Amino acid sequence: MSFLELDRVGKSFGPNTAVEEFSLTVTKGEFISFLGPSGCGKTTTLQMIAGFLDPSHGTIRLEGKDLVAVPPAKRGLGIVFQSYALFPHMTAAENVAFGLEMRNVARSEREERVRAALTLVGLAGYEDRHPRRMSGGQQQRVALARALVIRPSVLLLDEPLSNLDARLREDMQIELRQIQRNLGTTTILVTHDQIEAMSLSDRIVVMSKGRIEQIGTPQQVYEQPASAFVAQFLGKTNEFAAQVDRTAGQARLLAGSWSAPAPAGLSGPVTLSVRPERISFGDAGLAGRIASRIFQGNHWLFQCDTECGPAIVIRQNDGQPQPEQGAAVHLSWQASDMSLRAARAAA
Amino acid sequence: MSATADTSDARAGLSLALPALMLFIGVVVIPLAMTVMLSFHDWGQYKGIEPVFILKNWMEIVDDPYYLEMFWRTFRVALLATLITAVFGVPEAYILNRMQGPWKGLFLLVIIGPLLISVVARTLGWALLFGGNNGLANKLLMTSGLIDSPVRFMFTETGMIIALAHAMMPFMVLAVWTALQRLDPQVENAALSLGAGSLTVVRRIVLPQIMPGVLSGAIIVFSLSASAFATPAIIGGRRLKVAATLAYDEFLNTLNWPLGAAVAVLLLIALVLIVVGSNALIERRYQEMFR
Repeated sequence: MSFLELDRVGKSFGPNTAVEEFSLTVTKGEFISFLGPSGCGKTTTLQMIAGFLDPSHGTIRLEGKDLVAVPPAKRGLGIVFQSYALFPHMTAAENVAFGLEMRNVARSEREERVRAALTLVGLAGYEDRHPRRMSGGQQQRVALARALVIRPSVLLLDEPLSNLDARLREDMQIELRQIQRNLGTTTILVTHDQIEAMSLSDRIVVMSKGRIEQIGTPQQVYEQPASAFVAQFLGKTNEFAAQVDRTAGQARLLAGSWSAPAPAGLSGPVTLSVRPERISFGDAGLAGRIASRIFQGNHWLFQCDTECGPAIVIRQNDGQPQPEQGAAVHLSWQASDMSLRAARAAA
Repeated sequence: MSATADTSDARAGLSLALPALMLFIGVVVIPLAMTVMLSFHDWGQYKGIEPVFILKNWMEIVDDPYYLEMFWRTFRVALLATLITAVFGVPEAYILNRMQGPWKGLFLLVIIGPLLISVVARTLGWALLFGGNNGLANKLLMTSGLIDSPVRFMFTETGMIIALAHAMMPFMVLAVWTALQRLDPQVENAALSLGAGSLTVVRRIVLPQIMPGVLSGAIIVFSLSASAFATPAIIGGRRLKVAATLAYDEFLNTLNWPLGAAVAVLLLIALVLIVVGSNALIERRYQEMFR
């Protein structure tokens, strides 16, 4: 049963199209991420769900009811803004209580729920602090508590972690996921950080230039990218120009002097992509030379010059000797680790 | 070594500040001190100013209810003008802040436009509109039958207050506008998403945050209104005096410079006390917000 449904939603600002034909069905309790570079339309889509922007066309339904006609104040959604948007003249407790006041919740229940919400985000004892006297992480938690205390049908998170430093961001990711699992609140996260999207979400909506590139679980979008954009945006990837030759008795996939049996389907020029961590150094495979190597603690990052162009290779730091800079190597990978798509006409 | 560097730095700083300091002492501190001293001198119709130290002028101001009335009027007029600028200026700034593109620049110009015109010209404009039977607005209202006798504007406190509020409006709008620009625009959206109506958003979220701006605008408007000269002089004339016009008359009509000096010094002291006092109150009240 679909809980939140976006049906061919679009938004134009004058001649510029920010979002087009956005269709998505979210089930109750699901954690969805809108992932894409800035200007891809992810925040615009979130703002349309929140009601701060009206869609130019398309419908948004929540539990079967049309949401577009409902003003933002009546939608009952919880929103955490990138800037947190806390009320600076109110204490943490007053901030959290505001939504309950607007719902005319009785004082005793209100106090109880505010305390529970602040405890949930780990801020018990900070009730009387003003936002300006709290750290970024604490303000973030107040914003989360304020959004959750009204028991929203959907929680919308607009790049909530982008203003935190790396370490705090990781902690908050884990915490956010736990809180969301425990409460079972349907959540939509807008982010440009692929790691954040992958570690938090049930499904990821990858967006580019106002269009949906792919919708899928984190593994799906990473392992089976639907487009070159998705492959490049989620993690690093190597791409080689290759050729599928079906003239001989057995179809072959050719890249430089390297060749392999070709899978069924494509023929002619193709683009072969393979993730850097799936490549290993062997005796046979695509010939190349190590241009540089960088030690990054738990792994090594190699830049290789191959006969089909530059490639990057990531190897676990598993204690085995690794090739030196300048060494001649052969890059090999499992057939299941590479993906092929027809090369664009111009290429 | 660092000690010598410090002292030479301090010396350099002092010598760099010296020209400005000399100017400040020359044009502010010395004339002010001389005015204060002047207020303790004696004066007589035939003997002129006598450089002695007496409290005569101060006693006269304290004893004569005429002066008390004048100071009371000065602050009443300034306070009401401040209230009017706040009541109209705050919504004006809020609307201005929500405007888009070319309209915003145009209306900002309209709002600060009065500052580009001499205060004398602006006040005379009011006189042309409402001055007696021949005032343009009065004529119009009378011929249209809305009123029987002309609206009394000249030589009334109401007229003075309205003209002052008009003259001071830009200061209030600009102060509030500056405060509005510091607001995070998402804060209003946050309140909306939590279920607040637009009136509640303005009352509970926007107003409390721009209150420091409103109050600092009020301090500017109040002190400028209380010390204003041209507007009260033209609208109030000789009949309806305020502290500034009183001091002017003592200096230039009666030629009783010491008494005029005492009035001017008293006005200055009262204003400094009011401004410093309310500023301290504001800072204490909003300390949590701006830490």
